Amino acid sequence: MKSTLVSSATGSTDSSSPSCSAPPRRRVGPASWARGGGLSNLVFLLPTLVVFGVFSWYPIGRALVMSLQQTNLVTAAQWIGLENFRHVLTDPLLWTAIRNTGYFALLALVFGYPIPLVLAVLMSEVRKARGLYSALAYLPVVVPPVVAVLLWKFFYDASPTGVFNTVLGWIGLGPYPWLQNESTAMPSLVLEATWAAAGGTVIIYLAALTSIPPELYDAASVDGASIFAKIWHVTLPQLRGVLLITLILQLIGTSQVFLEPYLFTGGGPSNSTLTILLLIYDYAFGQSLGGDYGAATALSVMLAVVLAVLSAGYFRLTRKWASS
Amino acid sequence: MGILVTTSLDRTDAGPGQPQPPAAMVSSVPAGHAPTRPSEVAGAIVSSADRRRPLVRRCTSTANAGLLVVLLILGLGPLLWLAKAAITPTQDTLRLPMALWPHGLAWSNLSTAWTTMDLGRSLVNTVCIAAGAWFCQILVATTGGYALSVLRPRYAGIVTGAVLSTLLVPSVVLLVPLYLTILDPPGLGHSLINSFWAVWLPAGANAFNVLLVKRFFDNLPREIFEAAEVDGAGPYRLFISIVLPMSRPILGVVSVFAIISAWKDYLWPMLVLPDPTKQPLSVRLPVLAGSVELGTLLAGLLISTIAPVLLFLVVQRLFLRGAGLGGALKG
Repeated sequence: MKSTLVSSATGSTDSSSPSCSAPPRRRVGPASWARGGGLSNLVFLLPTLVVFGVFSWYPIGRALVMSLQQTNLVTAAQWIGLENFRHVLTDPLLWTAIRNTGYFALLALVFGYPIPLVLAVLMSEVRKARGLYSALAYLPVVVPPVVAVLLWKFFYDASPTGVFNTVLGWIGLGPYPWLQNESTAMPSLVLEATWAAAGGTVIIYLAALTSIPPELYDAASVDGASIFAKIWHVTLPQLRGVLLITLILQLIGTSQVFLEPYLFTGGGPSNSTLTILLLIYDYAFGQSLGGDYGAATALSVMLAVVLAVLSAGYFRLTRKWASS
Repeated sequence: MGILVTTSLDRTDAGPGQPQPPAAMVSSVPAGHAPTRPSEVAGAIVSSADRRRPLVRRCTSTANAGLLVVLLILGLGPLLWLAKAAITPTQDTLRLPMALWPHGLAWSNLSTAWTTMDLGRSLVNTVCIAAGAWFCQILVATTGGYALSVLRPRYAGIVTGAVLSTLLVPSVVLLVPLYLTILDPPGLGHSLINSFWAVWLPAGANAFNVLLVKRFFDNLPREIFEAAEVDGAGPYRLFISIVLPMSRPILGVVSVFAIISAWKDYLWPMLVLPDPTKQPLSVRLPVLAGSVELGTLLAGLLISTIAPVLLFLVVQRLFLRGAGLGGALKG
């Protein structure tokens, strides 16, 4: 059905054109190609081809080439084989960055994975004014990230009169140094990132929760299941697909974290919040390292490979789960 | 990331009027104008029989109230605090940040922020960037989606595959090479640095949008196209008069994403717009944060937050409908 439609659609500019009289289209001369709709096809595809070509496909290819070159934009690029990769892999900062990024991802899982799920399950039981609940949960996501970071930077003020320290002081805690201490800086970053992102995850879970067939709960009720038994035996198994999706999304997202460490701490104190993306930025555009585009792309390519493996693993996993 | 998106897209078979598939995460999105989502009947963990029991009733209403308080504190609290602090004298905010009533109001913070931080110009830049990015994304997504889904030339499969494959490449990889491409765009001869095009055009290369719109077009009833054919509509006419008006729901979702992500973007505009008079709010604010008084800064933060929050309150449905996909877009 589709093929007939297409040939009639493309041939409609001129119904007498020979290319559309024969259902399996043959190669034809340029004039009848244009009359048969070939030209309008290209016109419609042009924005896609140009924009993707110049700003997606070309830079992707260039990334692969550049990772094998020494480039500083002043002298001509030189082929140096795997030298960039060797340079990056022997940089002690790389291991710091990997460790920090892993720590960020781990903390983000601990904070950010269960909280939206609990919120969503509770919200799905709300019967009145559910829209208000969703709107409130989603509000932090709408706040521009830069605003959120600058605001939280003030909240994290380490003096006893800082916002968080004041609040914690009411119950006799603190003051905490938050961003200014090597051990508390990263958890502080993750806390803000979780606040900023949790709403989106809540909405994903809510959509999944509302699609669970009510008959499953009815059946469980008939069998005498308690509320918690229903959550454990019906809700969570029904959500496992979405839970996996958000898990992978979060891992992929957190491994590329940039804004929080860059604006909160600039990677400090003493590199305790230096992440992989921050290192890439420093290689390419930083004040001291700067201009080493080869090293920056080499590290980017390596990160991309890891992320691709992650996605592929996720893909296999979800397929297996979906078919089981 | 890409694989993830494609799998979730594959499940979005729910065209308008079709029954919702079980995978709800994204199914609600292309279904656009689906007002009767099962959300009203949900809440089945606590059954209606349970709800009639007084103890359960009391527990659920306590839980609901508690949840509302938590959400108010976490969701609205920081914004309310920002609104208060923006019109509070700096010394008050520094000394007693959690005081409910400041010693006097400082409305002047807002006007000082507007003038000393030159927020007007940054705001105009932000709006320009968002509008241009929106236009580029809509243009590419609709024309591309139409060509690949409806016109379907012989090479459509190859182009679709090439677009799809860019989803596999995380944006990190493109940072440096894309920056160098902006410095020296092929076939243009001059750099695009400090030009809004440097933000607009890469924004257009959003494979997610193209595939989302293509999926939506795939699900439009073909009979309508055929009828338009019979009535003598050509591909351009079909696009303008039939396909575009029918795709309003999906275009709403794409538009909200495009505008909000352009409003939020920081790293890319910072790299390609080094000229302060060209920079959007997101890039200007951190630069100015160190050099202005706290009250002024907080007023500036408030001013930059108002527009997206208002947009959200006005078109909440679009946001929440698209939020499931919003996660997939990031990164």
